[in-house]
Amino acid sequence: MSLTVLTYLVVGFTFALYIGIAIATRASSTKDFYVADGGVHPVANGMATAADWMSAASFISMAGLIALSYNGYGGSVFLMGWTGGYVLLALLIAPYLRKYGKYTVPDFIGERYYSDTARVVAVICLILCSVTYVIGQMKGVGVAFSRFLETDYETGLGIGMFIVFFYAVLGGMKGITYTQIAQYVVLITAYTIPAIFISLQLTGNPLPQLGLGSTLAGSDVYLLDKLDMILVDLGFQEYTTTLRGSTLNMMAFTASLMIGTAGLPHVIIRFFTVPSVAAARRSAGWALVFIAILYATAPAIAAMARLNIIDTMQQSDGQTLLIAEKPAWFENWEQTGLLQVEDLNGDGRIEYTADPKTNELTKLDNDILVLANPEIAQLPNWVIALVAAGGLAAALSTAAGLLLAISSAISHDLLKSTYMPSISEKAELRASRIAMAAAVLGAGYLGLNPPGFAAGTVALAFGLAASSLFPALLMGIFARRVNREGAVAGMLAGISVTLLYVFQHKGIMFIPGTSFLGNMPPNWFFRIEPNAFGVVGAIVNFVVALAVSRISAPPPSEVEELLEFLHEPSSAASQAPPRAAH
Amino acid sequence: MVEDKNVERRQRFAARVRSLMLRLLVVWFVVSFGFGILLVEPLNEIRLGGYKLGFWFAQQGSIFIFIALIFAFSSVMTRLERDYVDGEKESGK
Repeated sequence: MSLTVLTYLVVGFTFALYIGIAIATRASSTKDFYVADGGVHPVANGMATAADWMSAASFISMAGLIALSYNGYGGSVFLMGWTGGYVLLALLIAPYLRKYGKYTVPDFIGERYYSDTARVVAVICLILCSVTYVIGQMKGVGVAFSRFLETDYETGLGIGMFIVFFYAVLGGMKGITYTQIAQYVVLITAYTIPAIFISLQLTGNPLPQLGLGSTLAGSDVYLLDKLDMILVDLGFQEYTTTLRGSTLNMMAFTASLMIGTAGLPHVIIRFFTVPSVAAARRSAGWALVFIAILYATAPAIAAMARLNIIDTMQQSDGQTLLIAEKPAWFENWEQTGLLQVEDLNGDGRIEYTADPKTNELTKLDNDILVLANPEIAQLPNWVIALVAAGGLAAALSTAAGLLLAISSAISHDLLKSTYMPSISEKAELRASRIAMAAAVLGAGYLGLNPPGFAAGTVALAFGLAASSLFPALLMGIFARRVNREGAVAGMLAGISVTLLYVFQHKGIMFIPGTSFLGNMPPNWFFRIEPNAFGVVGAIVNFVVALAVSRISAPPPSEVEELLEFLHEPSSAASQAPPRAAH
Repeated sequence: MVEDKNVERRQRFAARVRSLMLRLLVVWFVVSFGFGILLVEPLNEIRLGGYKLGFWFAQQGSIFIFIALIFAFSSVMTRLERDYVDGEKESGK
């Protein structure tokens, strides 16, 4: 059976599974639609959160980012940032918002800051960061389709939009939760199987996390030492020690990803689906367990695949690879444009070095590392098909969670809570489905235009969440004195500073040529790169909010009562109804 | 009288939660920003098998410790809340 047919079968099977689950668990009430009736088991919710969280960027791009663009150690910012945020979420945010007991993040902000303006600003921030994020997923779907199923990018994007539309709109949170559990199983299997095989081949140890710290099979040289040595020989910097920018830049980058994680609404609303506050805390732990299975494997894939690629380029006689003897996978991926070779000195061999003047491996895309991994390790075709299905599962599950956050913000927070309080439950449910459809179309459009936009969106989404929603939530829970004026001014200041900084260096909407300050270290504020700027935006948000609150009237007494309620100990077993009398 | 006692118990509970959070967040900061970034160079002098220790914290260790922190928080909070509820029953008698 050819690889394409096999891939169609595997991907088709998983899609049928997702749609089947969506139909079986479709939402019938607004509570079903927004929070899956609040009855999801903490472990199940943890798994769904993991799938919701791990996007096309985590699955397809992260290992390559670590190994290639960030040269090993520098890539640690993603590993620590995207997991450490869960500690903040579990300790400071999720249990309190679960206790609050309403459906959405703007719900909380609107009530805590006793203001429709605050609610609307929160909705705008939520839509900005969720829409930018969903565009990245749509791009991932388009790319995965075009590579594995040999359609063009636009068709792939269209199919992806249709599938997401179908089950997210139909199933709401309930359908999405159970679909995400299935998607987690698919994506984690697809990610770990090639890693186990490669670790076995290279080190003899089946656990990639241990293999990465082991010696190479049949020698007493450690894998990481070997990698450091070869890279230095080729003119690169050491894999295990090279900083990304500066120490300050790495701190800022990690912190931005952490607080962005704890402020992303589509992740937070997952914790509204469990039955109690204690369950929300436990569920965050399970979510991180399921996430860590992928995140602790990624650095192993990164180092091992990079070593494999370099090995491919070196012949046993010490010569570099003859173009005539290129392995089959090399040619397959050259056709996709992710891999390019140019014989600069005309010796019929490919030389891979750090010097652009002599390097003949002219293009080595980050995504290659995960996507071509099974072929490089000579694994059977079904593993390759599985990787395609895994990448799609990662993109679709995240896209669905994001679309739900967007649609509930529009139908619940804008219509029901702000502009049309008399709307019936049925009409609200219809409105949220229409909002979701509009969001799918909008994201699909932005996935195509402007062309460079999709690539920059994931990092931007984190910066926006970090600088707007996280500080508003944290102060809303812990800072009694912060009032309506402070929160609104803080959110607007934080998100504006971050957007301005990113666009001034990378171009407005990432359109090349519209950046008015060049994107290079000397032009950066304290040499902090634009992707790492969310934490600065957050600091601006905190400072502005605290300062403005100090010079305006303190919050009314209802806020005092709300905070009293949030911090009151809840007995582990009780399912305290929202705003119960106490 | 009972009222005073309740306020006092509430405050004691809040103080315990605060100190628990603070201690866990210190660990969170130390293993990631501390061991993984600020102290990475001296730690890299120490080896853990093939791993340099600082590199290990940045790419593996910090993630495992994060998980332990969340479960520790979850179980201690459950205990604190149970103690609180038990105390409530006693003082209600």
